[in-house]
Amino acid sequence: MPAIITPNKTEQERKRRVEDHDNGAGRRPPTDKRTGGGGDNDNWNERPHGRRGPYERLHRYRMGIFFALASDLMFFVAIVSTFFVNQSTGHFDAYNHYVNEWLPTTIPPILWLNTVVLLLSSGTIEFARRNMFRETDVMDEWLGLGKPITRRALPWLSATIGLGVLFLTGQWIAWRQLARQHVFFKTNQSSHFFYLITGVHAIHLFLGIAALLAAFTGLYVSRQLENRQILVDGAAWYWHAMGLLWLFLFTLLVFFQ
Amino acid sequence: MTPHSNVPPTRSHGPRKLTPKPHPILSRIFSTDHRTIGIQYLILALVSVIIGTTLSLLMRIHLVWPDWPLPLHGLILPEDYLALVTIHGTVMLFFVLTTAPQAGFGNLILPAQIGARTMAFPGLNAASFWLTAIALITLLCSTFAPGGAAISGWTAYPPLSAVPSAGPGQALGMDLWLASIALFAIASTASSINTLTTILRNRCPGMTWERLPLTVWGWFTAALLSIIAFSVLLAAILLLFCDRHAGTSFFLPNGDLVNGVLHQGGNGSPLLWLHLFWFFGHPEVYIAILPGMGLTSMLLANFSHRRVFAYRTMIVTTLLIGLLGILLWGHHMFVAGLNPFASSAFSISTMAIALPAAAKVLSWLATTWRSRPSYKTPMLFALGFVSLFITGGLTGPILAQPILDEYLHNTFFVVAHFHLIMAMAGIFGLYAATYYWFPLLTATRSHPGRLLSEPLGHLHFWCTLIGAYAVFLPMHLTGLAGEPRHYAQLTGIPGPGGSLSPAGALLSHTLPLNRFITYAAFFLAAGQLLFLINLARTLYKGNFASSNPWQATTLEWHPTMNPFTPSSASDTSEISVHRMPCHYQSNKVEISFLPQWAPVSFAQGEIANATDSKPE
Repeated sequence: MPAIITPNKTEQERKRRVEDHDNGAGRRPPTDKRTGGGGDNDNWNERPHGRRGPYERLHRYRMGIFFALASDLMFFVAIVSTFFVNQSTGHFDAYNHYVNEWLPTTIPPILWLNTVVLLLSSGTIEFARRNMFRETDVMDEWLGLGKPITRRALPWLSATIGLGVLFLTGQWIAWRQLARQHVFFKTNQSSHFFYLITGVHAIHLFLGIAALLAAFTGLYVSRQLENRQILVDGAAWYWHAMGLLWLFLFTLLVFFQ
Repeated sequence: MTPHSNVPPTRSHGPRKLTPKPHPILSRIFSTDHRTIGIQYLILALVSVIIGTTLSLLMRIHLVWPDWPLPLHGLILPEDYLALVTIHGTVMLFFVLTTAPQAGFGNLILPAQIGARTMAFPGLNAASFWLTAIALITLLCSTFAPGGAAISGWTAYPPLSAVPSAGPGQALGMDLWLASIALFAIASTASSINTLTTILRNRCPGMTWERLPLTVWGWFTAALLSIIAFSVLLAAILLLFCDRHAGTSFFLPNGDLVNGVLHQGGNGSPLLWLHLFWFFGHPEVYIAILPGMGLTSMLLANFSHRRVFAYRTMIVTTLLIGLLGILLWGHHMFVAGLNPFASSAFSISTMAIALPAAAKVLSWLATTWRSRPSYKTPMLFALGFVSLFITGGLTGPILAQPILDEYLHNTFFVVAHFHLIMAMAGIFGLYAATYYWFPLLTATRSHPGRLLSEPLGHLHFWCTLIGAYAVFLPMHLTGLAGEPRHYAQLTGIPGPGGSLSPAGALLSHTLPLNRFITYAAFFLAAGQLLFLINLARTLYKGNFASSNPWQATTLEWHPTMNPFTPSSASDTSEISVHRMPCHYQSNKVEISFLPQWAPVSFAQGEIANATDSKPE
């Protein structure tokens, strides 16, 4: 049963809108929005199926995450352009010969396995994300029939956390393997970049796992569906972006050294 | 958003819960209310500007009286002078010119101007303010680090900045400087994410893109630039940090010998830092000036009682300045060993940005031309902005020539150029904003806002304008005469055979002018005391302002956007926007302006006929 059967009267009187099929009886989501959102004449009924509902906060947070990711993209653009510049930089030695000391770093084969793991985790988080928005389950929650959304999303979310930890362990093994061959961060120009790129990406994945853990906790703790949707949705988009970024960075390390 | 929006925004995020009230003062300091955060940003900027001005006065004193001992410190050594230059530049550009217009007024005014009750992410907003405050404290603490503060200037060029033993202040002082700027970059990015999302998602009904005030377009473009630029700076700082502490060589060339330490191994390139830094650094100066440009357009229209000339073109030029602003970083590197072909390309893109800038100036002039404006203090400062922008801008195309820049780059000519167009114009924009929006800054729930005193404001304006020109115009001349930047001492450098060095002999002619500049700098700084007096006096016994004292048309003057509302909160109706801003009519007395929020009236068609004399 829902905690509150009779809704608190927290909203101002609003006009019945017959065009929104409002017969004046139900707690329909308010369509008159005071602060824009979709802008003028934004009507949920005209939205495609599955995208109706009070998604104003969700869309706001999603947009914030996209801007953060755009900014993050520039961070990696800067690092990748440094990669190309340093790769082609050389110097003249004492005999006036042009020397380019770039020695490509061998890619530990385990990175291919890690890439597969990360791609799999992108799939699992997408299942978790989609399960947050199944309309029948949303209706069940709204009627107070338990938390079916949490029940459906949790396994996929846990799988993603597991795969993420597995990926980071794989990266750690790759670094150990390189270190055993005496390839360290400061060894060579290309090893600078190997460690820098994988390291910075790993830091991003740590943050991603923190976000997934927050979403995991949120699924248990939060009673409000919208909060849970925002947590999982935000973590999922971040995770996808990191997966896509890894594909680019991995391609760079494998084929463009 | 619920219709319940008049509850204090501290409670408006998250589900409405009855939490126990925290300590009243603590909850005010760690507030997530965008108005409180905006005022906190402004206070931070005020503290920073006082520190930065003091440092610049010390620099001026040292340039003309090198033997003057600073109380409690002693003689100003060359490394002290360089530390003064570094901290002055960093504090002024980051903590004054970036935070005050973009984050300070961006928080105070922006949501109201688009008809929103809160920013999109109040928590993130508060976090970015406190991160900025920590960054400032870190920067100021670097003064007390062993060896002193960083001495590399605000640009921190390697290889010297990459070698901790390169000089005093290059060890811990440099690390603290880098940490401070990294924190600032993260905070600014977060704050810009907030600004962009707010503008995109929290506009009130009817607020279309065309109806956005030009100030909002300025904030929007500056926030876009922040998103793009600051993360590149963060990446560059990370690489420099690795060079300093992890033994890498991203920026250190092979065989680099600094202070007896030979760098061997990797082929880094110091030029790479310049590229990364200026890819950030040039957009940064547009971040500082774009909100001021938007505000100037709006203020000139407001006090001239005219429409903004070519409103849509002004929107386009704002975006175009932002776009071109990220394509011309190379003009800072003409003398750094850049490929001459690249120099030509950057020279062309630099001169291209003169076009939208000139379009803006034309619009400002056309808006005020023969309009008989009311010369209130905000209007004066807006006109001062135009004046300084033109004066500073005219030297831009000169410096954009790689050949001329060879000579001028390291002279005071450049100092004069960027202080006029960025620092002084930026400060004038800030003053215009402060005088204009002061009633909104000071309004509380219990009393309406206060107006800064007009006579004191006029006096302050004239002192500041005369002082600004008196300080920075002569710098063009000393620069042309060869006075170099970043030199602790101009004369008295012994040359061969005990005589005056050739450089010292050359520069001894500029000394009288330099002495004049120092006196003028003291005059300029003293003039700012008038502003502080005005501020302090008004806070206690200034005149209360009416709800729309300037006859403004933008939404921040809507009665319910004011914290002090004449009617009770439950009476507020939905805010919606019906027209573009600056709907003025000069020839009718009874209705001479129509605010954006006023609903369509019968008379509107009549007024539109009277004001729409030229098609937009």
